Amino acid sequence: MTAGMETLAASLAIISRLDVIVALLIGSVGGVIIGAIPGVGPAIAIAILLPATFSLDPIVGLTLLLGIYGSAMFGGAIPAVLINTPGTPVNALTTYDGYPMTQRGEAPRALSLAYGASFFGGVFSVLCLMALAPVLARIAPLFGSREIFLACVLGMTLVVIAHRGQAMAAGALLCFGIFLQTIGLEPVRFTQRFTFDQTWLTSGVNLIVVVLGLFALSQAFALLAGKDDTPVPPKFAGGLFRGLHEVFRFPKIAFPAAGFGTIMGIIPGVGEFTAQFLSYTLAQKISPNPERFGRGAPEGIIASEAANNAVPAAAMIPLLALGIPGEALTAMMLSVFYVHNVIPGPNLFRDQMDFIMALYLCLLILNVLALAFLMMATKPLLKVIAIPNRFLGMAILTLSFVGVYSLRNSATDCLIAACFGLLGLVLKRLNLPIVPIILGIVLGGIAENKFRTSLPRIHSPVDWVNRPIAAIIFAIIVVVLAAHVWSLLRTRGREKAHV
Amino acid sequence: MDDASQKHDISELIEPRHHRAEIVFGVASFAIALFLLTQIGGQTTWIEGQPWTKQPAFWPVVSIAGMTVFGTLELWFSWRRNASGRGDSIAGEVFEWARAIEYAIWFMAYVFVVPVAGYLPVTLAFCAALTWRLGYRDWRIIVAAMATGAATVILFKAFLSVRIPGGAVYEYLPAALRNFMILYL
Repeated sequence: MTAGMETLAASLAIISRLDVIVALLIGSVGGVIIGAIPGVGPAIAIAILLPATFSLDPIVGLTLLLGIYGSAMFGGAIPAVLINTPGTPVNALTTYDGYPMTQRGEAPRALSLAYGASFFGGVFSVLCLMALAPVLARIAPLFGSREIFLACVLGMTLVVIAHRGQAMAAGALLCFGIFLQTIGLEPVRFTQRFTFDQTWLTSGVNLIVVVLGLFALSQAFALLAGKDDTPVPPKFAGGLFRGLHEVFRFPKIAFPAAGFGTIMGIIPGVGEFTAQFLSYTLAQKISPNPERFGRGAPEGIIASEAANNAVPAAAMIPLLALGIPGEALTAMMLSVFYVHNVIPGPNLFRDQMDFIMALYLCLLILNVLALAFLMMATKPLLKVIAIPNRFLGMAILTLSFVGVYSLRNSATDCLIAACFGLLGLVLKRLNLPIVPIILGIVLGGIAENKFRTSLPRIHSPVDWVNRPIAAIIFAIIVVVLAAHVWSLLRTRGREKAHV
Repeated sequence: MDDASQKHDISELIEPRHHRAEIVFGVASFAIALFLLTQIGGQTTWIEGQPWTKQPAFWPVVSIAGMTVFGTLELWFSWRRNASGRGDSIAGEVFEWARAIEYAIWFMAYVFVVPVAGYLPVTLAFCAALTWRLGYRDWRIIVAAMATGAATVILFKAFLSVRIPGGAVYEYLPAALRNFMILYL
């Protein structure tokens, strides 16, 4: 038997365990349901469940969280299409064409197009991931400390410039995140940093506490302080299979959309919105009926859903290969790895390829499970859309308590989480991004560690980039920054010309 | 205008509109960064004989310097945006933020009472009371809220065995029931 077959057999053995199957089922089905409830979303669910998964086997905990992450966007299309409210933030673009189709009496077609495109995007991305695995396994060991440090710097740069029109706020929040991770005992000399003589600050600010505050508690506060919507989903009759086939009538839309999702998922700090923006813009350009976009074009739904659902699997690449999360949800998953002393990165690819393959297979299967569940349960799922917002807020508040308090039974942690909850609420209301804080904490910690371990081999600044991979990453950083500055200058020039 | 005929601007997806109250965020970012800048000397240790890149203060300085630069620019751009146009009320927005503090207090009250009165009883009371506070008077909603609370406790404490200690009042229960309550509820 070849090494590849042996790895595949070992990974199949892992995912055929009963606890993994149960986690995959609960994650996929639960993710769809969570996605279908406007105001919840995968980030909140993962943040709440995170501490509970620490007691599970790493593959079981990760499968559960991956299931939620990968299938929530499937469910998020339901309210986007039926009541013009995205289930998860990344389903917002689906409302542009999905809801007009519902108004025309084509709700089943719009939903099945969304499901089909989501499935296509998800499977496409996982297959790319599997095809890339041998390449990654060869490239990943070439990443030493300075390459990983530079990759963190690239991730931070992208997080800032990807927030168009909000780069200053994103930069301030990213640096705030980096600052937060420096609080407490520093790891080399064990001196205290910014503890203000408070013992509770000595161990630093816990990532999970911040995540729960920024994602879960902030949303609970927003819902509780808001008003109830009472959306009435339209009645729909008809099969959901038609649109599944229809996706393949638009290969020129579906393939680039899934491709954009995969590429944007791999690049740290970019994510679904940019992928959707690019894929929707391209779809509109190449469509023979561009005027229909935003008024119920099937191609619009395909462009949106295939792109956003390709991101989760692709986002696992920098996490697994380099140990660098590219967005908030993979940053949360990183903590599951750390708790179990499994360090993602080049060594994981070298030593535990069966574990990596098992995760990829789980990602593939969850797409099938989510699609199958939706084909059977869309009509019953319409009931969850009608749950009142403030009732949901109460439920999220109760669940958030479990997440924060079960970590260390600390009321101080809860107070910190509540403060971050209020900060998250302010940021959400101002349309400012939360993700830079999380990435600042995680990437800042990795960058500081890798910076220090690189220093003994650095004698001049050129040493940072005297290896091929390091030089390439540095060149990308320079090009990305130059392109951003050029784009800003061009926009400014255009604005002046209009005045 | 009918929704179906509405034209969307997809650039809003990657470039959301600014609120005038963003200036409050700008001022706060700038002020916090300045405060932290003044604290670097007192809140970090300088190790003699070490280059500056190996000093414990290196990363805090990098992050605070970044906060100061970005915070200053954020304040400047927010101020310029507000000066060039009218729009949403800043005070009204700040009032909306303040309204959420009430629910942070509810949350903290819940946190402090659980170790005393026990996870299940407090969760049931909390869900019912908060639902009442939110203005729901239909008994079915209040029962649904309590059922949600009970399901949360059973799922997380009984099945997933998350670490939430038993309430102090459980000590007064008969031995068999006390052990059961401490372990599962």
